[in-house]
Amino acid sequence: MPRQMAPGVTEGYLKVAPTVVRDGDTATIDATGIYYRQLNEAIRGAIAEGATRVVLNNVNGQRYIGTGVKAKGVTIEVHGTAGNDMAMFMDGPTIEVFGAAQDGVGNTMNAGKVIVHGDAGDVLGYGMRGGAVYVKGDVGYRVGIHMKAYESLIPIMVCGGNARDFFGEYMAGGILVLLGMNTQFAEQPLVGSFVGAGMHGGVIYLRGTVESWQCGKEVGITEATEEDMAALKPTLADYCDAQGMDLAEVLSVPFTKLAPFSHRPYGKMYAPM
Amino acid sequence: MPTSFIQPEFKVKIDYDKCHKCGRCVQQCGWGVYNFNERPIPDDAKCRACHRCVTYCPAHCISIEKNQLAYRDNDNWSPAARKAVWRQAETGGVLLTSMGNPLPYTRIFDHLVLDACQVTNPSIDPLREPMELRTFIGHKPDSVGVESDGQGGFRLAEGEGMKNNLKLDTPILFSPMSYGSVSLNVHKSLAMAAQRLGTFMNTGEGGLHADLYPYQDNVIVQVASGRFGVNPDYLNRGAAIEIKIGQGAKPGIGGHLPGEKINKEVSGTRMIPQGTDAISPAPHHDIYSIEDLRQLIYALKEASGYKPVGVKIAAVHNVAAIASGIVRAGADYVYLDGFKGGTGAAPQVIRDHIGIPIEIAIAAVDQRLRDEGIRNWASVIAAGSIRSSADVAKAIALGADAVAIGSASLMALGCHLCQSCHTGSCSWGITTQKPELTRRIDPEWGAEQLTNLVHAWSHELQEILGALGVNAVESLRGSRERLRSIGLDEQMNKVLGVKPAGM
Repeated sequence: MPRQMAPGVTEGYLKVAPTVVRDGDTATIDATGIYYRQLNEAIRGAIAEGATRVVLNNVNGQRYIGTGVKAKGVTIEVHGTAGNDMAMFMDGPTIEVFGAAQDGVGNTMNAGKVIVHGDAGDVLGYGMRGGAVYVKGDVGYRVGIHMKAYESLIPIMVCGGNARDFFGEYMAGGILVLLGMNTQFAEQPLVGSFVGAGMHGGVIYLRGTVESWQCGKEVGITEATEEDMAALKPTLADYCDAQGMDLAEVLSVPFTKLAPFSHRPYGKMYAPM
Repeated sequence: MPTSFIQPEFKVKIDYDKCHKCGRCVQQCGWGVYNFNERPIPDDAKCRACHRCVTYCPAHCISIEKNQLAYRDNDNWSPAARKAVWRQAETGGVLLTSMGNPLPYTRIFDHLVLDACQVTNPSIDPLREPMELRTFIGHKPDSVGVESDGQGGFRLAEGEGMKNNLKLDTPILFSPMSYGSVSLNVHKSLAMAAQRLGTFMNTGEGGLHADLYPYQDNVIVQVASGRFGVNPDYLNRGAAIEIKIGQGAKPGIGGHLPGEKINKEVSGTRMIPQGTDAISPAPHHDIYSIEDLRQLIYALKEASGYKPVGVKIAAVHNVAAIASGIVRAGADYVYLDGFKGGTGAAPQVIRDHIGIPIEIAIAAVDQRLRDEGIRNWASVIAAGSIRSSADVAKAIALGADAVAIGSASLMALGCHLCQSCHTGSCSWGITTQKPELTRRIDPEWGAEQLTNLVHAWSHELQEILGALGVNAVESLRGSRERLRSIGLDEQMNKVLGVKPAGM
C-alpha cells in the first residue's frame, strides 16, 4: 500500500495549486476543494511575493492555515470554516475567520492575532506564548492549556461564549478570558470542570461566577477588583472592537478572577535521593 | 529523635600522612563534603561517590569506600528498600532520582552473541577493505526506479524517496538531553562532536541556544509537551524535528525542571520566566490519538518546509502496535527508548518499574513493521542503555537502523554515574547550571572526548562487520540470523526472533 495516494482526490481534496488572483497588495485564493498542502503553499507564496492581504474564499476545513508563518503586517482573511491547527507556531500575521474554526487554533503560537467570528473547537492556544486569539462564540474542551508568558510576550485569549472542561489547565502565563455571552448553550454552565487545574502562572477572568468544585485546587477564586478590571479593559475593548460588540454590555456583569496560589505547585512533592 | 535513620552510604577516607593540605578536594566537591580546618575534614553523609575529589587529588590520598554497615540479612528487605521507607517516612515525598534503572533485571544484550565467518565464507579485514557505516534515517521508497543516463547506461531515478533522509556517517546519534538538565558547555560539546562525526545531537525539550546555531545542520530539535523554546525559527534551524512522547526512564509521566535550574540563559532558551518551574505535562494535550499525532507531524512539516519528523516513545508493553501507528501517522523515524535509559530527574518508582527492555522493543517493532509491509516507511532508532559497540551491533542486528547514546556520552565527559543529576550540583559540571561548576567542561575538550568515543565504537563496529563477512552495516540490519542467545528461555527467544546458541 503506498503511503500517499497518487495525484487525484486525497481525503476529499485535490492536490493541485489553487487559483491566485493578485490585485495590488491583495492576493485572493479560491480554496474550493484544494488540499491543505497546496493551499498553504499558495498562501506562503503570496506572502513571499509581497502580498499583505491574503483572502481565502470557500475554505472548507483545510488544515494548517497560517501555520509556521512568520511575517509582519500581513492579514489573512478566511471565508468559510478553517480546519485544525490554524495559526499554529504563527509568528506575526493577523488571521480573521468569517465563519467557525476547528480544533487547535493558535497552538504554540508566538505572535500575531486570530479573530474568529464564530465558534471554535478544542485545544485552542495550547502552549501559546504570545499574540491574541479572539473567538466570538463557544469553544470546546482543553482551551488555553499551558499558555505561557515570556518577557514582552504575553498571550491573550478571549472567548465570547461558553467553554468545556480543562479551561486553562497547566496555565503558566498570559490572560485567558471567558464571557459566556454569544453562546448556543445558555442553559449550561459557563465553563466545565477542572478550570485552571495545575495552574502556576497567568490569570483567568470569567464574566460571571464559577463554583470552587469546578476549579483546580491550585487556583484562588476572587471577585475581580477595580484594578483588575482596569488592567483588563484595554483587552476587552480590543476584543469588542474586533467582534463588533458593546464594551459596556461586556462590563455590565462582575468578573471572577482565577489566579494560582503558587508559581511552584509541585515544589515540595519530591524527596531527592 | 535522630534527624534521620539513614546512615551515610559512603565513607571518605583521607590518608593525612600523604595529604598536601592543598584544599583542592574542598574546591572540587560540588556537594560540599569537605570542610577545611588545617586539613580537609569530610562529611560522609554528603558524599555521592562521584570521584571528582579522588580524580583531582594531587597526592592520591583520598579513597571512597562503601559504608559497610551490617544490616540483618533479609533478601526481601534490601538495605535500599529499607532506606527508601525511612526517607519517605521522613519527608512524605515522591523519591526523586536520576540516570538509568540500576536494578538487576536481565541484561538481554549480555545474553546475545554475534556470529563470525570461519572457513566457508571469508571474513573481511576492515583495515584494508571498504567497510560502510553510512546510515540514512527516514522514509525509504517502496520501490527503486531506474532511468537511462543518456549515455547508454542506467542510473537510479530521482524520486521523493531518499531526499528527506538524515545522512549519518556512523549509526550512532547523541540522545536528547535538554539545555537546563545539562549545561550549555555539554550542549556545545555534543553539537561540535556531532558535526565532526557526521551525526546528530538532539536538543531535548529545552530550546536551542544561539551558541549552537553554527552546528544546526547536525542538530535535531525536539518538540515536547511543554513546547519550551518552540517557534518557527527553532523548527527551521534543526536538521529534523522530533516529537517527544515518552522517555525510557519515565514512561507516561511529564517532566519538571525545578525553578532553581532556570537561570537567565536557560530562561531565554526555553522562553519562560526565570525561577519558575518548567513543567512539561505528561501527555501532549493536542495528541489524544494516532490521528492527532498525524496532525502534529504534518503541522511540523508544514511549518518547516517538510523536514523529517521523528517520534520518540518509551518502550512499553504495546510498543509494536504503537510504533505501527506512529509510522502510519507519517513519522520519518521512530525513536524507541528502553527502560534502562537515563534521565536528569525521575521518580524512582517510575524509573525502576515501568517500561520494557530496549532489546525486546527493537525486535517486536521491527517484526511488526515487516509483517505489515511498512518497515521501509520509517527508520528505527534505539536507545536505553547502549553501553558499547557490541550493544550497537546487537541492536542493529535485532532490527534498529541506528542507536542513540546519552549516558555513555555523558560518561565521555566525566560522568561517574553517581545518579545525582537532579540535585543540580554535579561536580563534573555536566548536569548543573552553577557557573563555577559548568566551566569545568571545555567544549573543545568535550567534543574531542565524544569524537574519540564514537570513533572507537565505529572502528569496533567495522571489526565486527568484518568478522561477520559483510562490508556494510546495512547488511547487518535486522539480520537476526547472525545472533544467538545464551541462557534465555524459549519464549524470550521467540520474542527476540533469535535461535539459541548451538542451533
